[in-house]
Amino acid sequence: MKAVTLKNIVKTYDEGKVLAVDDISLEIDKGELFGLIGPDGAGKTSIFRILTTLLLADKGTASVDGFDVVKDYVSIRERIGYMPGKFSLYQDLTVKENLHFFATLFDTTIQENYELIKDIYDQIKPFNNRRAGKLSGGMKQKLALCCALIHKPEVLFLDEPTTGVDAVSRREFWEMLKRLKQQGITILVSTPYMDEAILCERIALIQHGRLMSVDTPQNIIAAYPVKLYAVKADNLYTLLSDLRKSEQVESSFAFGEYLHVTLTSGDISNASELKKHIAAQGHTNIEVEEMAPTIEDSFIRLTNENQNRNPLHKFNNR
Amino acid sequence: MKQLMVFVRKEFYHVFRDTRTLLIMFGIPIAQILLFGFALTSDVKNAEIIVADHAQDINTKQITDKIEASGYFLVKKANISTRGIETAFRKGGLKCAVIFPSRFGADLLHNGKAQVQIIADGSDPNTAKTLINYLTAILMDYQQQSGTASALPYSIVTETRMLYNENANGSLNFVPGVLALVLMIVCTALTSVAVVREKESGTMEILLVSPFKPVMVLIAKAIPFLAMSIANFTLILLLSVYVLNISIQGSLLLLYIESILFIITCLSLGLLISNTTNSQQTALLISMMGMMMPTLIFTGFMFPLENMPWIFQMVANIIPARWYFLIVKAIMLKGLGFAYVWKETLVLAGMTVLLLTIALKNFKTRLS
Repeated sequence: MKAVTLKNIVKTYDEGKVLAVDDISLEIDKGELFGLIGPDGAGKTSIFRILTTLLLADKGTASVDGFDVVKDYVSIRERIGYMPGKFSLYQDLTVKENLHFFATLFDTTIQENYELIKDIYDQIKPFNNRRAGKLSGGMKQKLALCCALIHKPEVLFLDEPTTGVDAVSRREFWEMLKRLKQQGITILVSTPYMDEAILCERIALIQHGRLMSVDTPQNIIAAYPVKLYAVKADNLYTLLSDLRKSEQVESSFAFGEYLHVTLTSGDISNASELKKHIAAQGHTNIEVEEMAPTIEDSFIRLTNENQNRNPLHKFNNR
Repeated sequence: MKQLMVFVRKEFYHVFRDTRTLLIMFGIPIAQILLFGFALTSDVKNAEIIVADHAQDINTKQITDKIEASGYFLVKKANISTRGIETAFRKGGLKCAVIFPSRFGADLLHNGKAQVQIIADGSDPNTAKTLINYLTAILMDYQQQSGTASALPYSIVTETRMLYNENANGSLNFVPGVLALVLMIVCTALTSVAVVREKESGTMEILLVSPFKPVMVLIAKAIPFLAMSIANFTLILLLSVYVLNISIQGSLLLLYIESILFIITCLSLGLLISNTTNSQQTALLISMMGMMMPTLIFTGFMFPLENMPWIFQMVANIIPARWYFLIVKAIMLKGLGFAYVWKETLVLAGMTVLLLTIALKNFKTRLS
């Protein structure tokens, strides 16, 4: 039995005017750490809310832990943990009061499943009597995770848990998720951060309510069909516009201090030839290197391919 | 059950840790009682009047003394002409003038009939009428006492009583009104805001995605406000009795039972509002504007319902506070028992059941 299944799920808002989830089918195994990767407005939260029985889909069926999200929503609510994207707990309640409240609400006690949250709770325990509103973003997130875990759920839904959290806390958070996975909990996590995708076992890339690819991060990267080059020169901005004008270049995007460039099947076939081509355009201090693609490269490429197939969706080049 | 207890305790934390809620909860009733009791009274006291006595005889002096002794007026004696009085009115401050003609005493003695002119500032008709009534009463009283009236072949002596309120204490009417108003504001506004706050902060999603029954969320929200409203009701009663010197005529127990019924009506209304809105501002606006104004206007404690066109009287009938106002007046002021208020109670109970059913039925077990 799969932990989560979605079959042809469609969800629209405003009486069908806004298409949020467009015919998505997906299966997630028990004990998997699964990532839903996509930008804001891609449909991640809608999928989460359908699976957590908070929203009804327009079409299609879905199940969690073997229970149907429409018929057996009461059973699902007993078995899942959920951390909504804008979850901010009760700001005027202390850390301990929040935890105690949610433990009781889920018909358990802090002691009963203490082992499960111990690692996380230990870090916020010194602030037991501080109000949740006075905690830092990272600590709030840890407390929220404790509250979602306190009843030892079968499936844990984390909707953008690392949004608005500093880099160190984000790394710590993913460490915690890995430890939770070892306890056998299925974790479905959504994030707009591409660098977090690699930390999941399997990921689904989602854009405009459609799944573009579902696989392990490694397979998605390996499936990148062409060579990718990292390019740098003194004037990055003119370099970008020059490359985009060039007929030899298929795509070019800015990634920090480098440009990621793919080529058409033309005359250029390696890094040194590309360097010569750029030098011919009058650029100085040129660096060109063949590189392994990242998830973000795959994401952009898949988005563009979908875009060409379905020109209705507008995509902003970075 | 244990879940409910913890939930209720959490609600109490919310209330006691939020100074604004506390202020609305206990500040409004105190302010209202004091305002209506001392500032917004329709009784006229210490009104400035001029007595222009052109006669200066024994009769006019006695009448002037009586006016001064009544306590309603600040008497200024000035022998000024009609024109002078008009100037005094224009300057403002002056509410009323009494003019005795020069032959007042003589006319009274010889003709058995004398004239006195009372001029009041008609730009404020309510005060003017009240003052003229006071003055006329004083003159009538003097006439009877001095025995001049006995010269007439017959006379009618009016004997008036203000039943249930012998001293014509204006507080008696508005205390039930304030009770209705305050309970309406506190229960309806605060309850609806408390539920909507969970929606705004996203915690409602967690509450829904828990084994705790969604309807229990509403019940857990309502219990603390029920308790707090009863405390509030007690506070208003204490203020009325000890600050405004109103004595409660009827059964205190009956008064409490009827009030709890009304509180539940208001809570249901609050829950109903919270079901239909998603922001605290909207909830507050609906409950404050949508509930407070109709309560003020259609309850009958500020404006008599009998004078309204029939359509407004029909509107008044669907305002719960109107029925509660009638019940409280009957029990608190007239000392009547349940036998006299069962109809109103039935209407109120019917409204409560209806509102509560709609609120509970409408509560969504999912988002949107």
